[in-house]
Amino acid sequence: MDYFAQQLINGLVLGSVYGLIAIGYTMVYGIVGMINFAHGDVFMIGGFIAMISFLVLVSLGLTAVPVILLIVLLVSMAITALYGWTVERIAYRPLRHSFRLAPMLSAIGMSFVLSNFSQVAQGARVKPVAPIITGGYTLHEGASGFVVRLSNIQIVVVLTTIILLLLFTWLVTRTRLGRDMRACEQDQTMAALLGVDVDRTISMTFVIGSALAAVAGMMYLLYYGLVDFFMGFVAGIKAFTAAVLGGIGSLPGAMLGGLAIGLIETMWSAYFSVEYKDVAAFSILIIVLIFMPTGLLGRPEIEKV
Amino acid sequence: MRAPGIAYILKKALISAAVALVLFSLMIGIRTEAGPTGQLIYWTRFGELFSLVAVVFGGSIVIEFARQWLGPSGTRQLIPPSVQKGVALAGQFVAPALLIFALLVPVIFYHQRYLLDLSILVLTYVMLGWGLNVVVGLAGLLDLGYVAFYAVGAYSYALLATSFGLSFWVCLPLAGLLASLWGVMLGFPVLRLRGDYLAIVTLAFGEIIRLVIINWQSLTGGPNGVSGIPRPTFFGIPLTPGDDGLAAKLGIAFSPTHRIVFLFYIILALALLTNWVTIRLRRLPIGRAWEALREDEVACRALGINTTTTKLTAFATGAMFGGFAGAFFATRQGFISPESFTFQESALVLAIVVLGGMGSQLGVALAAIAMIGGFELFRGLEQYRMLVFGITMVLLMIWRPRGLIGHRSPTVFLKQARAISSDLVKEGHG
Repeated sequence: MDYFAQQLINGLVLGSVYGLIAIGYTMVYGIVGMINFAHGDVFMIGGFIAMISFLVLVSLGLTAVPVILLIVLLVSMAITALYGWTVERIAYRPLRHSFRLAPMLSAIGMSFVLSNFSQVAQGARVKPVAPIITGGYTLHEGASGFVVRLSNIQIVVVLTTIILLLLFTWLVTRTRLGRDMRACEQDQTMAALLGVDVDRTISMTFVIGSALAAVAGMMYLLYYGLVDFFMGFVAGIKAFTAAVLGGIGSLPGAMLGGLAIGLIETMWSAYFSVEYKDVAAFSILIIVLIFMPTGLLGRPEIEKV
Repeated sequence: MRAPGIAYILKKALISAAVALVLFSLMIGIRTEAGPTGQLIYWTRFGELFSLVAVVFGGSIVIEFARQWLGPSGTRQLIPPSVQKGVALAGQFVAPALLIFALLVPVIFYHQRYLLDLSILVLTYVMLGWGLNVVVGLAGLLDLGYVAFYAVGAYSYALLATSFGLSFWVCLPLAGLLASLWGVMLGFPVLRLRGDYLAIVTLAFGEIIRLVIINWQSLTGGPNGVSGIPRPTFFGIPLTPGDDGLAAKLGIAFSPTHRIVFLFYIILALALLTNWVTIRLRRLPIGRAWEALREDEVACRALGINTTTTKLTAFATGAMFGGFAGAFFATRQGFISPESFTFQESALVLAIVVLGGMGSQLGVALAAIAMIGGFELFRGLEQYRMLVFGITMVLLMIWRPRGLIGHRSPTVFLKQARAISSDLVKEGHG
C-alpha cells in the first residue's frame, strides 16, 4: 500500500510535467489544426535555458533559492516563448493556408533543427545539475520499513502546475486574448471579420504554449537533475499522446491525459517492467482511441458532407 | 504600390537581429560542459554570438531584397509558352532516361565503389518512398511509423536466415508477408481514426516496434542487433572467390565489386517491382478505391466501397514493400541494430514522399535522389549535417509545399489525359 502511495505521488508529479507540455500541443491543434512536432523540442530548449541560467546565477554568487528559482523561471519562460514565436513565424505562418501535411513536415524539420541546434551549441553529452531544492517530508512510515516520502521538489512541481493552470484558465475564460483564442478556434474567418487579429492571436497561442513548456522544462530539470538534447523527442511524443488521450482541443483533457500518462508510466515501471513503460503508455493510447476515437474529453468531430 | 524603402528593410533586419540576439544569448553565448569533477562548468562565447547575430542581420537584408525582387507572394513569373512547351516535352523523357541511366550505373561507375554504394542507398530509399506512397500518396492515410515495417522486414530476414539458414530468396517473400501482417495489425486500430489521430497512432506503433526490438533481447539481441546475416546468392550460387563461386562458374576473375553490382541489380529490380505493381494497382478497382478514399471518405462509403478493406489493403501493401526493402537492407549490411529504425527514418521517407509530390512516382524517385544524394554531400559537415537537413526540410516545405512535381496525371480520363494541378489533390484526411 505504501509502495502504491509513493508511486501515486511520483506518477502525479510526472503527469503534471507531461500535462504542461500537452496543453501547448492541444492549444495549437485547437486553433490552427496542426500537430506542432517541434513543441517537445521547445520543452527541451526551456530545460536547457533553465540549466544555463541556474549555472550563471549560482556562479554569480546568488544563494537565495526562491530568488534564483523566480529569476530562472521568468528568464526561461521569456526566452522559450520567443523561441516558440520564432518557430511559428518562420516555419508555420507561410504554410497556414497550405495543405495539411505541409506544416506537419515543416514542424518535423523544425524539430530536427531545434534538437540538433542544442546538440551543436551545447554538446551532445547529458548535463547534470546539482540538486537545488532538497529535503522533503516523510508522510508515512510503513510497517515493512518502506517510507512514503513527499519531497519538496515534488510539492514545488505540483503547486506550480496548479497555479499555472488556474492562471491559464483565467486567461482563456476571462481575458480578451482568451476570447479571441476561442473565437479563432471556432471559426477563423468569422473571427477575422469581427475584428480579431488572427495572426497575433495564433502567435500568442504559440507563445503561451511555449512558456508553459519552458516551465515544464525547468520542472523536469529540477526533478530529474539533468537535461540532454534528445529529451524533447521522447517527452514530446508522450505529451502528445497525453493530449490525444485527453481529447485534443480540450484543455482539461490535456491535463487529464498528462496525469493519466504519468500514472500509467510510473505504475507500469513500478509493478511490471521498466523497459516497456513507453510501450504501455502507447498501447493504452491505441486502446483508448479504438473505443473513443476522439479521446477521453474530446469533442466528436462532425464531418459535414 | 511603392516598394518599401531602405528604412523598412533596415528596421526588419534590426528586429531579426535583436530576436536572434535574445534567442542565441544563452544557448550559444554560454557553453556548458560537465567539468572534471562532474560539476557543470561554463565559459562564454560572445564572439560567436555576435558574429551569428551579424549573419542574421545581413541575411535578413538579403532576404528582404530577394523578396522585393520576386514580387509579393503568389505572383507567378510568366514563362514564355515556347519554353513551357519545351519543358513539357523534355519532361516526358525524364522517366525513361532515368531508368536507362539506372540500369547502366554499375557499368559506368564500376570502379567507384563509393558511388555504387551510394546508388544502392538511394534506390533503397526510392523503394521505401514508393512503398509509403501507396499509403500516404494513394490512399491518403498519414503514416508516421513506416519504419516499423522496414524493421519487421529486416529482422524477419535476419532471424530466419540466422536461425533456420533459409536463403535470401526464400526469406524475401516471408519478410514481406510478415511485414504486411503487421501492416494489417496496425490497420485495425486506426480504422475509425482521422487525420492527426491516425498520425499519432502510427507514430506510436513505430515506436512500440522499436522499443520491443530493443528490449526483447532473447529474440532480437536487443541493442546489439543481429550480425552475420548471410548475403544473397545468385539462385543458390554464392558470390565468393572459391571454386563454387559464381565467378568461377562464369569463368571470369573474382572481384568484390561483383557482389555490390549484384546487390545493386537486386534493389533495382525490387524498386521497379514496387513501381510496376503500384501503377498496375492504380488501374485496378482497389487502386481506384484508394484514391477515392483519399479524396473523400464519406463519398467513398456512400458509393458502397468497403472502406475497411480498402484501408487494410493499403496498409498491407505499403507494409509489404517496406518489408522487402527491410530484408534487402539486412542482407546488404550483414548486420542490423535498432538504431537504424528510428523515427528519423520515418520522417525522412515521409519527407521524400511529400517533397516528391504525393502520388507521383517520378517525383518520389527524384526527391529520394535529391535528399539522399544531398545528405551524402553534406557528410563533410559532420555534426551540422542533421541541422542542415532540418533547415533544408523547412525551407523546401515553405518554398514548394506541393512537392517538386507540380502536377499529377489522372488515372482515368475521358478524352485526353490532362495534367491536374497538385493543389487539387487532397490528402492526409484519411
